[in-house]
Amino acid sequence: MAKKPDARPNVSKEELLKYYREMLLIRRFEEKAGQLYGMGLIGGFCHLYIGQEAVVVGLEAATKEGDKRVTSYRDHGHMLACGMDPKGVMAELTGRIGGYSKGKGGSMHMFSKEKHFYGGHGIVGAQVPLGAGLAFADKYLGNDNVTFTYFGDGAANQGQVYETYNMAELWQLPVIFVIENNGYAMGTSVKRSTKSTTYFGRGLAYGIPGEQVDGMDVLAVKAAGEKAIAHCRAGNGPYILEMMTYRYRGHSMSDPAKYRTREEVEKIKTEKDCIEHVRDLLTQGGLASDEELKAIDKDIKAIVNESAEFAKESPEPDLSELWTDIYA
Amino acid sequence: MATEVLMPALSPTMEEGTLAKWLVKEGDKVKSGQIIAEIETDKATMEFEAVDEGVVGKLLIAEGTAGVKVNTPIAVMVEEGESFSDAAPAAVAVSRAEVRPTVVAAVAAAPAPIAAPVAKAGWPHSDLPEGPTKTMTVREALREAMAEEMRADPTVFLMGEEVGEYQGAYKISQGLLDEFGPRRVVDTPITEMGFAGIGVGASWGGLKPIVEFMTFNFSMQAIDHVLNSAAKTLYMSGGQMGSPMVFRGPNGAAARVGAQHSQDYSAWYAAIPGLRVCIPYSAADAKGLLKSAIRDPNPVIFLENEIMYGRSFEVPVDPDFVVPFGKASVMREGSDVTIVSFGIGVAHSLAAAEELAKDGISAEVINLRTLRPIDYDTVLASVMKTNRCVTVEEGFPVGSIGDHIASTIMQRAFDYLDAPVITCTGKDVPMPYAANLEKFALITPAEVVTAVKSVCYR
Repeated sequence: MAKKPDARPNVSKEELLKYYREMLLIRRFEEKAGQLYGMGLIGGFCHLYIGQEAVVVGLEAATKEGDKRVTSYRDHGHMLACGMDPKGVMAELTGRIGGYSKGKGGSMHMFSKEKHFYGGHGIVGAQVPLGAGLAFADKYLGNDNVTFTYFGDGAANQGQVYETYNMAELWQLPVIFVIENNGYAMGTSVKRSTKSTTYFGRGLAYGIPGEQVDGMDVLAVKAAGEKAIAHCRAGNGPYILEMMTYRYRGHSMSDPAKYRTREEVEKIKTEKDCIEHVRDLLTQGGLASDEELKAIDKDIKAIVNESAEFAKESPEPDLSELWTDIYA
Repeated sequence: MATEVLMPALSPTMEEGTLAKWLVKEGDKVKSGQIIAEIETDKATMEFEAVDEGVVGKLLIAEGTAGVKVNTPIAVMVEEGESFSDAAPAAVAVSRAEVRPTVVAAVAAAPAPIAAPVAKAGWPHSDLPEGPTKTMTVREALREAMAEEMRADPTVFLMGEEVGEYQGAYKISQGLLDEFGPRRVVDTPITEMGFAGIGVGASWGGLKPIVEFMTFNFSMQAIDHVLNSAAKTLYMSGGQMGSPMVFRGPNGAAARVGAQHSQDYSAWYAAIPGLRVCIPYSAADAKGLLKSAIRDPNPVIFLENEIMYGRSFEVPVDPDFVVPFGKASVMREGSDVTIVSFGIGVAHSLAAAEELAKDGISAEVINLRTLRPIDYDTVLASVMKTNRCVTVEEGFPVGSIGDHIASTIMQRAFDYLDAPVITCTGKDVPMPYAANLEKFALITPAEVVTAVKSVCYR
């Protein structure tokens, strides 16, 4: 984990408040999802993003309209960060007709063409060539959009990642590979998966530049995102960002997390939490009062509660939905 | 002593070729390894080397001769100082000259006219539309379908191994790079999983990819993207976004290429909701179905067959000719038994039907053309008329398309059956290499004849 950033970066109050708000929304949303799972309202697999919020919020801050994103099954944070409606996301988690996929996708399979969010993929690593394919389409069509392709340290060992690196550089595709290195591929730590632990450097064999970023620092993430985007939009091909981050919760809801110590988790929460970091910047810099932040907390809580209520009240899909959307 | 030089086999499926050009003349001295001729197959023009030193005694086949069967003597080599007339015919030894397969010459800018035999099974389609037709090979039909659709829709592009500069491993894409350029005819590295995934992603990004698998055997490397990424996304997204694209290439056994390169995946892909599955028999099927497939908003598996590529059929000239999905073709009408098949199985079925006619058995032959959807109505109507059914396919017996057809007939037309349905399939073994074993492993017209006689109690 990299060192804490400077206490007084050159950033406006509005910008910091925006990050605070967006990261808090993800965290509270995920906490609520965890509760609903415990109540039996959400079933199956449910992978929470708590701890990693700065990665998507920082990178989204660097994007423009038209840019695309695709990710793995740990996808709720990415959806909220790109502006998808929390109600539609939560209702998908509960398997209701008001969900983004009418209840037919679930936690791991949501999409929004409007927000250029292309899933939500349950097969580890599959989203990597898919993201390069989205970038292929943009290059073919001659626009300057870039695609953010998110995957974890576990997926980073999949063969198709390297097939994709090879073609993405060969064809100079405008794709940013974002490796969210949270230290654990389900229960297997990075050290137990590979001797080559600097994932950002693995693109060098193909000619793709990469860098490691403190993924718990939203400002560092945004700055790295801007650099990568500039590289891509200028037609220089792909870029790799390895985000050093941490997930506080288990791999999925059923994970007892015996592979790491409670102390390890507590240490990160105390020293590196991405939301506390921005909160500190706001309060210690005198940019925002406790009252202002409390008002935001309250607002976020209301949005999340509203999404949970919607997700409970939205009806289950009609049985006829079983047979729709198989063919266009 | 004189030595005969024989027409070489230059690909697993080559039966004959064109002696395009002699590079030596009678009386020339030839060194071992010297290129003596250019031979045109239906895929490429290959350079042909002499194996032994000697003097060209006699050129037996004139250059420009088409349809020269493999193993036909094409020249006689004599030793130095010897003339052709000196060499006693009885002493002629056989020399199979070598070919340098790495040298592919004369990949013409425009698709070269391709010498191919006209299919012996010449029954017309009963449902070809009115209007003029032209004779073309399955290969030409596939190429024309792609070219026409690429001209009509700028978002259609072709990607795959050797589709561009090499002009297609099986020459299906010959000439497309020249017409459409490297932006739309994209050569990929040999990484099926990666480029299949990129193809699916591109389909979500507003393009209509045609992804060529050099053969469907290699689609196993990419099957996760075909099933999990392409076939299921429309459903998983609640109808928001699907994958308008085609995965195409040769499927099934070619000839003598062994277990890993000889498998029919029809039943595998036909099992998956969200996919369309096309399997043409004739050139008209190939052209009409491929145009439908490229226009279709769903992911389409398009199963071709290497042995069929060079066969010729009549194809409507009308550029708007398409074959709709889910519409079987009755290739031959009959009253005693229904033979249901698809792809190369149709050729076996038609040959069997011809044999059966000699014994007074009238067989109706149905070419399914698409396996997802399947035209159940045509099959059931025929079985209700003939009261007997045999299915014919090249794939493995367990979980075959024939099993599915038989069960459908049992459930929906049980009372019409006068005999159990027999499913003719490939044998339940990996494909052997030995010529006799391979022949034994594949379904043959003779087996179809036996099955039909069995259901007819003859």
